[in-house]
Amino acid sequence: MIRESYLNWLILLGLLAVPIWALTADEPFTITLATRAAILALAAVGLNIALGIGGLVSFGHAMFFGIGGYVMGILAYHAQSFTPLDLGAFSIAGTKSMPIIWLVALILSGLAAWIVGLLSLRTGGVYFIMITLAFAQMFFYFSISWSTYGGEDGLSIYVRNGFPGLNTLDPIQFFGICFVLLCLVLFLNARLQGSPFGLALNAARQVPARVETVGLDPMRIKLLAFVISGAITGLAGALFADLNRFVSPTMFSWQMSGEFIVLIIIGGVGRLMGPVVGASLFVLLEHWLGGLTEFWHIYLGTILLLIVLFARGGLIGFLTGKEGAHV
Amino acid sequence: MKKLMLATAALALGVTFASAEVKVGMITTLSGGGAGLGIDVRDGFMLAVAQSGRDDIEVIIEDDQRKPDIAVQLADKMIQSERVDVMTGIIFSNLAMAVIPGATAQGKFYLSPNAGPSALAGQGCHQNYFNVAWQNDNLHEAAGAYAKNAGFSNSFILAPNYPAGQDALTGYKRTYEGELAGEIFTQLGQTDYAAEIAQIRASGADSVFFFLPGGMGISFLKQYDDSGVDIPVIGPAFSFDQGILQAVGDAALGVVNTSQWSKDIENPTNAAFVESFQAEYGRLPSLYASQGFDTANLLISAMEQADVADADAFRAALRTADFDSTRGDFSFGPNHHPVQTIYAREVVKEGDVFTNKIIGVALEDHGNVYTDQCQM
Amino acid sequence: MSTILIIEQVLNGVQFGVMLFLMAAGLTLIFGVMGLINLAHGSLYMVGAFAAAAVAGATGSFLLALVAALAAAAAAGALIEMVVIRRLYQAAHLDQVLATFALILIFTEGTRWFFGSFPLFLDIPDYLSGPVTLPGGIQYPLYRLALIAIGLAVGAGLWWLIERTRLGIQIRAGENDREMIAALGVDISRLYTLVFALGAALAGLAGALVGAIQSVQVGMGEPVLILAFVVIVIGGIGSIRGAFVGAILVGLTDTLGGIFLPGFFGLFMAPGAASQTGSAIASMAIYILMTLVLIWRPSGLFGARA
Repeated sequence: MIRESYLNWLILLGLLAVPIWALTADEPFTITLATRAAILALAAVGLNIALGIGGLVSFGHAMFFGIGGYVMGILAYHAQSFTPLDLGAFSIAGTKSMPIIWLVALILSGLAAWIVGLLSLRTGGVYFIMITLAFAQMFFYFSISWSTYGGEDGLSIYVRNGFPGLNTLDPIQFFGICFVLLCLVLFLNARLQGSPFGLALNAARQVPARVETVGLDPMRIKLLAFVISGAITGLAGALFADLNRFVSPTMFSWQMSGEFIVLIIIGGVGRLMGPVVGASLFVLLEHWLGGLTEFWHIYLGTILLLIVLFARGGLIGFLTGKEGAHV
Repeated sequence: MKKLMLATAALALGVTFASAEVKVGMITTLSGGGAGLGIDVRDGFMLAVAQSGRDDIEVIIEDDQRKPDIAVQLADKMIQSERVDVMTGIIFSNLAMAVIPGATAQGKFYLSPNAGPSALAGQGCHQNYFNVAWQNDNLHEAAGAYAKNAGFSNSFILAPNYPAGQDALTGYKRTYEGELAGEIFTQLGQTDYAAEIAQIRASGADSVFFFLPGGMGISFLKQYDDSGVDIPVIGPAFSFDQGILQAVGDAALGVVNTSQWSKDIENPTNAAFVESFQAEYGRLPSLYASQGFDTANLLISAMEQADVADADAFRAALRTADFDSTRGDFSFGPNHHPVQTIYAREVVKEGDVFTNKIIGVALEDHGNVYTDQCQM
Repeated sequence: MSTILIIEQVLNGVQFGVMLFLMAAGLTLIFGVMGLINLAHGSLYMVGAFAAAAVAGATGSFLLALVAALAAAAAAGALIEMVVIRRLYQAAHLDQVLATFALILIFTEGTRWFFGSFPLFLDIPDYLSGPVTLPGGIQYPLYRLALIAIGLAVGAGLWWLIERTRLGIQIRAGENDREMIAALGVDISRLYTLVFALGAALAGLAGALVGAIQSVQVGMGEPVLILAFVVIVIGGIGSIRGAFVGAILVGLTDTLGGIFLPGFFGLFMAPGAASQTGSAIASMAIYILMTLVLIWRPSGLFGARA
């Protein structure tokens, strides 16, 4: 059995080592895979704040992922076609600058999370799962029929957006950007868990009444967690769109939301590194099994079943020998 | 056949032929609900490769699961790791839009065996992109032309509310000259058409045009047949394809549909293709299989004229389209999309099998309307 | 828009709703009794449709096909309950979600492996095909009337089973306090397998009935699964009555929304744009309905107060 803090560092080093090896071995596609894992992990880390610490099982986080993606798509589309984005009262120019896109993605997905949270947090349990799904489905159907930005065909961006001082088209440099952002968010998450806010959130999940008696409003705490969670997933969406240089309604699909939840459970719910392990394993399986047989979903399903049945607490729980993440 | 097995075994094991001169990356849909189309394209393509007897073509096949992000990832893999020369295989327009602009911008050739979104025929056209199937509007334009020639003057038209559906109705209206009894956009993936059929019944239309690919079309035809509404139906070939027809059954009998290919087009290439496909895979070929077959033969014809390393010469060779198509006459228009004859077919029953029979020509030597917008 | 057309559309909405009810009833029963979120319910719907298509193809009998659908789905349900689900009653909801998600993957690709990638054929029997003329001159397909009748009969049967039989008492007791009924000597694990198989059979029946007018193909279960979840959430989870009301509401909203919204937007927009906007809103309509219901009543229409 390994101590979780050591294991966490090992996991991060592993995710960093793979692309560096790929660079020396001249396997650029492996870097792309690692980048995909890092971005999916980032999205799931966002969800894990709501789901793992706050107990808010959102089945609609694809909504924020998609918003982030479309922020990138729309801004870059207007920049590459040199047409201003008309917002009725005023119009703005598009941009190909990553930091600005990230900022807009964070703000808009956070705002969406605030509105959805206000409406959804009145419910709980399965009702909360389903109402978040409903909001995501609305975005999904809307984006399919929104012909201005390609509808179901989506939007292609021909050149990846830029970051000052870096060549983002170089796979390893783009991986670097995503990895640094992932580390930053993980650091934030670790600090959050130990902070008064994190403790209050944890308590709000377990015994809301006790939180209330010490004069805190559990609703506001949960809402704040949901907003942070949505904003981070939105940021991941913007990166994911940049990785693919493409955005489409599938980013809003319920399968996407389900995939985020699956990533977290594979790794271990509420674990700091759970999403990173889950995303890495998922990308690896998808790539490796997909090359073996046409019917690889059968094997993927079987592996997932085995994890649920025999590795309670996810892979991290399995490796550290502790089932529950929560103290 | 042995070669095909070898090629397949090689790709399964990741072995590279030392002699391979052209590396083809095929990204297509092999799992989930849309898998039938991708499997047909793949089988048609591999049949042509096997029949050519060449050992200098290596085909790497990957499943996109009908997800755009997976398709992009596979395209990256094929370009970055496998270093393919030519790409092909994508079935669905939204996946094509995700992959093709990036692939052609990186200097790869892309030969489309199915999807032909208007964006890639017009402003987004590229000198390295060739469509071997049709521009998306084509079969709908042919349906409109057929309706006009058949004397229909009051059509009820419906399609799902997404870009290909909007293009379909636009395409139909471009060549059809009568009145519209109604125009409906249904939901993508909708399976129940009772409400639409009730509107058709009440509309007083003299003909119905629909574009509902995949399971949507099966549902519509079965429900339409059962509703007792007997207004003639016209549609593009997608809902009357060999793979789907058996699931529609009697409900499709007699329906007129438009296609650039049919198994009864009379030319030696087509006869040999239908026979060998049936012998090889034990089923009748579909539209998609013929497109995969033609795509491979186009590639092979270009390889006979030029080296893929010399991109300009190879492109010029592709542009001549100097191969025997299963469709008979085939050439490329200025924007690298087909100029071809599109037929009207009728669904018939041969023994126990539902299939199509040509009843006439809908549009002769038809190109597409986006040529003017394309500047290569 | 004529009255006849409106009546016909209402019938369509009810028919759609009744079929959703068959799916939702099993889902809500399983959740109510066992507290299990079963994402694989859509796969059981698919199993029913494929079994029916295979048997109808071999024997030509639609009744036998329905029996096969019921049996195959019930057997598949009992099997996954005993092999997988049984180990997860004590686990967190999330583990159940992952496990049943894994089952979807296995069922979907397993079915494709077994039956191939092309849709199967399943048709309405001759004695139920074609339209009939209702009072007022409405032409309506007989098969759809039969679907409404079957759905209502199943609903009544379920009500009788739960309210009037010994098994029903055990089920209701199991929803409230499983330790207590176990202590009273009821074999809980047999009861759970039975309820699961019953829910599965209902899903399989729905798959076969609907498969005859739609397309029997791999992946047909997932869209219906999402709709069935919407239904039970609107109705209140665990409530059969809620599932019924929710199903009819969703059926009517979806059908009538698709008809009237484009017309509504046509009052002040160009026809093409109105049709596009209208159908865009119509595709979101049931989710908007669900959101409004949950904002108004956070535990659904007939849900127990948390």
